[in-house]
Amino acid sequence: MNRLSVELPGLSLKNPVMPASGCFGFGREFSQLYDLSELGAIMIKATTVEPRFGNATPRVAETPGGMLNAIGLQNPGLEKVIEEELPWLEQFDVPIIANVAGSYEEDYVEVAREISKVKNVHALELNISCPNVKTGGIAFGTIPEVAKSLTKKVKEVSSVPVYVKLSPNVRDIVEMAKAVEEGGADGLTMINTLLGMRIDLQTGKPVLANKTGGLSGPAIKPVALRMIYEVSQNVDLPIIGMGGIQSAEDVIEFFYAGASAVAVGTANFVDPFVCPKIIKELPELMDRLGIDHISDCTGRSWNKHARIAHYRP
Amino acid sequence: MINNELCTVVSHKEIAPSVFELILEGELTSSMNEPGQFVHVRVAGGIDPLLRRPLSIADIIKEKNQFTLIYRVQGRGTSILAGKRPGDKIDILGPLGHGFPVSEVKPGDTALLVGGGIGVPPLYELSKQLREQGVKVIHVLGFQTKEAVFYEDAFRQLGETFIATDDGSYGEKGFVTDVIKNREIAFDCLYSCGPIPMLKALKNAYGKDKKVYLSLEERMACGIGACFACVCRMSEDPDDSSYKRICSDGPVFAAEEVLL
Repeated sequence: MNRLSVELPGLSLKNPVMPASGCFGFGREFSQLYDLSELGAIMIKATTVEPRFGNATPRVAETPGGMLNAIGLQNPGLEKVIEEELPWLEQFDVPIIANVAGSYEEDYVEVAREISKVKNVHALELNISCPNVKTGGIAFGTIPEVAKSLTKKVKEVSSVPVYVKLSPNVRDIVEMAKAVEEGGADGLTMINTLLGMRIDLQTGKPVLANKTGGLSGPAIKPVALRMIYEVSQNVDLPIIGMGGIQSAEDVIEFFYAGASAVAVGTANFVDPFVCPKIIKELPELMDRLGIDHISDCTGRSWNKHARIAHYRP
Repeated sequence: MINNELCTVVSHKEIAPSVFELILEGELTSSMNEPGQFVHVRVAGGIDPLLRRPLSIADIIKEKNQFTLIYRVQGRGTSILAGKRPGDKIDILGPLGHGFPVSEVKPGDTALLVGGGIGVPPLYELSKQLREQGVKVIHVLGFQTKEAVFYEDAFRQLGETFIATDDGSYGEKGFVTDVIKNREIAFDCLYSCGPIPMLKALKNAYGKDKKVYLSLEERMACGIGACFACVCRMSEDPDDSSYKRICSDGPVFAAEEVLL
C-alpha cells in the first residue's frame, strides 16, 4: 500500500507534495536537479491569455523568516504554455495543476477553457488572489459575490476540476471559501501571499519597484494553519494547503489543520531539492507519529475520529 | 551541472575595508568552467536570513578543488558570512548561470576587462583564462578610494592594469571610461562587470562597433531561473514581454542584447 497516495477531485496523487505555483516555473529548471515524476503534482506558473512581462525590478525583498515578491504574473501567455510548456511536461509521470490568471472575467474563462483541454492538465487552480497586479486578481479574491460568480463561469467551461486559490488578505476567509463552494469549486488551495512592504533605509523608499509585494515563507505558516483550520471545518471541499512549508513536520501540521495535500513554495528557492527531500522523509515521520496513511490525519486538530473522505466523483 | 554541497572554508580574510576574500574547497569546483558564473550561498541554517546570496566566482583552482569568492559586507547575510572561519562548512549551490564567452577572442587578440568596485572579482578568473589561450589582456579597474582597491597586483601579473578612483586618491581620478578614452586603449573585445551606470556608459561608447559583454546583477530568489525575480528587458521586444533572466540566461549578456 502506498501510504502517501491521495485521491482528490481530478487528482490521483502518488504523494501529497507539490511545488506551489510561481515557485517552480514550468518545471524546466528543477528538472536539471531531480526527476519531476517524484512529485505528487506540479502547480505551474500562472498563465494569462497574453504574454506578460510583469513588474519592474527589484521584484523580491527578504524579510525575517520570509520574503516579499512582486513578480506580476510574468508568463509566456496561453498559446505558448499550451504549445510548448505543457507538452514538454508530458515526459514526466506527474499530474499538472494549471494556475489560471487574468484581469477580466473573460480572460479567466478563456484560459480555463483552453488549458483544461490539455491532456496532462488534471485540475485548474483559479488564481483570484495575486496581490501584485493592478487590475483583476485581487478584486476577484476579496469580494465573495465576485469570487462566486467567477468560479461559476470558469466551472462552466473547464474540462477538469477547479480549485480556487484563496487570498489571506480578506476580512473573513470562511466567507470567501463558502462563496466559491457555492460557485461550484471542487477544491481550495490556500493561502496565497500576505500583502506586505519593506523600505530601504538609504533611499527612504520601498525596496520593491511595485512598492508592495506578497509575503511568503515560514513567517506566514501560522496564518496559513489558522485559516485552513477554520475553513476546513466550515466547507466540504478538500484543501491543498500552502504557506511556509519547508519540512515533513510542516506537512503533517498542515494535514492536522485540515489540508488534504500540500504545496511547497518559497522553500524551493532556499533548497531546490526540498520537495523530494520532504517526500522521502514523510514515511519515517508518519511511523513516529503513528499515522498509517497520510489521508488519515486530515483535520486531526479538530476531528479526533477523522478519516475524511473528500473525493466526490 | 548544478550541485549542492557543503564546502569547507580554506581561508577567509579582509582584503579591503568590508571586502572579503573567501576560499572554499569542494567537489563542485570540477563543474566550474566559465568565468563569470556565480554560486548561491546559504550563509546560515534556519530561516533568518532565509534566502541564499548570489556571489560571483573570482578564481577557480581546479587542481586543489578550490574556488575564491570576493564579496562586500553589505547587510545581514554578508555580515554572517564574514564570521566564517577556516574549517567551517558553507552550503553552496552552483555553479550557476552563464559566464563570459572566452571563445569570442582569438589568440593574439586584445581583450579589455573593465571592472567597477565589487564587480571586479569575476574579471580575475576571466583574465586568467584569456591569458591561458594566448589573448592579451588589459585591465581598467575603478574603485571609490585608494583604500577600496584590491587585487591590483594579481591583475598586474596577468596584464597591463590601470586603476581609477572616484576621488583621485590613487591611480587616475575619474571614471573607467575616462581612462579608456584618455589612454586611447585599443581592443578587440570588451568584458565588464560593475555598477549599471558604468555598464551603460561602456555600452553607449563601444556597444555599436565592438564586441561588448556585460555582467548584470539584480536581487535574486531561486538563482536557477524559476522564480522570475531577476529579469531584464531585451533590446528586441516585439510583443512587450521579451525578457532574460539574469541568473540563468546571464548574468553575462552581449551588450546589444539587453536593455540597461
